[in-house]
Amino acid sequence: MNLMEHLPALIIAIPLITAFLTPLVDRASKKARNVLVFISLLITFILVVLLVQRVFDKGIITYVMGASNPTETIPKQAAVPIRIVLEIDGLSAFMLLISIFISFIGLIYSFAHIKEGGGRFYTLFLLMVVGMIGMELTGDLFNLFVFLEILSISSAALIAFEFKRATTIEAGIKYIIISSISALFVLFAVGLFYGEYDLLNMAAIANEIGGALSHIDKIALILLFSAFAMKAGTAPMHMWMPDAYGEAPGAISMVLIATTQASLYALLRVCFTIYNEALHVVFPIALILLGLASIFIGVTMALLQDDIKRLIAYAAVAEVGYIVLAIGAGLYGFLGGGDKFASLEMWKVALKGGIFHIFNDVLDIGLLFLVAGGIIYVTKERSLNKLGGLAHSMKYSSILFLIGLAAVAGLPPMNGFASKIIIYESIYGVSPILSIVAILASIVMLAIFVKIFHAIFTGPKLAEHGEVPKYMLASMIVLAGLIIFFGLFPDIVLKNLVNPAVNALMEYGKYISAVMG
Amino acid sequence: MIYNLPFLTVVALIAIGMYAMLFKKNLIKIAIGLTIVESGVNLFLITLGYREGGIAPIFTNLPPGMSPEEIPEKMVLPVPQALTLTSIVIGVAVLALILSLAIRIYRHYGTLNAEEVRRLKE
Repeated sequence: MNLMEHLPALIIAIPLITAFLTPLVDRASKKARNVLVFISLLITFILVVLLVQRVFDKGIITYVMGASNPTETIPKQAAVPIRIVLEIDGLSAFMLLISIFISFIGLIYSFAHIKEGGGRFYTLFLLMVVGMIGMELTGDLFNLFVFLEILSISSAALIAFEFKRATTIEAGIKYIIISSISALFVLFAVGLFYGEYDLLNMAAIANEIGGALSHIDKIALILLFSAFAMKAGTAPMHMWMPDAYGEAPGAISMVLIATTQASLYALLRVCFTIYNEALHVVFPIALILLGLASIFIGVTMALLQDDIKRLIAYAAVAEVGYIVLAIGAGLYGFLGGGDKFASLEMWKVALKGGIFHIFNDVLDIGLLFLVAGGIIYVTKERSLNKLGGLAHSMKYSSILFLIGLAAVAGLPPMNGFASKIIIYESIYGVSPILSIVAILASIVMLAIFVKIFHAIFTGPKLAEHGEVPKYMLASMIVLAGLIIFFGLFPDIVLKNLVNPAVNALMEYGKYISAVMG
Repeated sequence: MIYNLPFLTVVALIAIGMYAMLFKKNLIKIAIGLTIVESGVNLFLITLGYREGGIAPIFTNLPPGMSPEEIPEKMVLPVPQALTLTSIVIGVAVLALILSLAIRIYRHYGTLNAEEVRRLKE
């Protein structure tokens, strides 16, 4: 048995098995449980890196679940794929790497502050990781729904983890209701596809649609588009996001960003792979408008908040807006909208900026969430009005927070600048107003974060606090290091990770032929 | 017309469920609305799987008096049934989670009215 061939299955299986072992080991020893969870996630991380390496070497990798030959996507007796096929191309590889890296950092951070109920916490955490990477691995639409539900259930339970505070429960129930209704939309669309084509495989469905849409395809498209746009947290459907991010414990806020991006990935898969050129040009325009609304609402609502995590959560809404705006512009050009924009191939640049910003968003906002979680852990206080003078005792945290805020506002030596400059430059081709709004929002964001930096860290010392625990500090420093490193050398990411992802989006034919032969 | 009846039921169930979710304030009623939508979707899936005169794909449990030649043609690929079962199981988990959260909300707030459960500011 060649183990390298079975990488995609192992990446799902290892955290899934460990998730159910965790409560058992937890009964015996807390330390053993932490070691077990750490090792399983580390192994998954290594396997993901190996898989991504293989994808970049050999092109798209397919893996058939339960077949005697895991590469035979279409069985001999049939003309279409009937088993669950996992399919990994450049975009999935990019998203997988982000998800597993962020989960790993989140796990290390959680070791510092999860004292009670750790058995439950790590079980749910691993299930969340399974849901997230499963969504990015799978090539099957129904399988996508199953992983979406695993993700929703485990993240709702994690949001409500600190159940002694009433607001966490409120955020949790809001999240699970919104998630399950959007998941039912997805399931209904799956049913429509199955009724029309007798197929569940995304590549096979894309092959059948092949440029001409029937009415059923259009209904399914609307259902999938709205469901995934809601789960990705774009503006009119963003109301669950500040609650969930704001109330989740510690690092879960950061991992939740990665899970939101898994839904964004599903949206991209639907738009670029399943429907590709048959998509009507109104959808990219809808994406652009959703992006603008997210930026506007995120920034203006962030101004009003006095809960530190909630404020950062609204900034996260705005950051999602940047990604959706750039990807919408890219899709607009991909479909041949805007003559000059399409012919100049600026849309490829816009797509690159959007994909790159996925990575930067989770690093920047993630770092801010981690620092905020550390502050809440040390001071037991969330309100900006009651915090103050923390820089006296928390030197490292204040420096890390400064790095994070500079990155979110898109200041030059940080990675946020690298992707935002690409976005500003490229979306100008669609309409100059888009660039103006994007730049203005960044400036307002800087103003907001300078204000909260001032409120939290400067001023006279209010009480004696220590520095945050060393696990927390270590995970924050890793993120801050990456922020500066990728800000100084953005080419490393752009060439090695972003370009293959963008190519995978554009060459949808390869994704289809990898399964259909 | 009679063959469309299940699909009309699907539409009715989803519409009723969505109505309950959108306009009812009680959290339990919202959960009920969610399950009604889910039943609608499940009914839709299972209706798709109906084939006239089809038999279950189990060779050891064939209906009597059937010649071996016509068996494979009559057998139904049980994908929609499998999808529905999976979806039901997931639905149970979601419902259990929503109800347990609703119990905790009642303990904290003393009410299940969604309009009064508003300690999170806008």
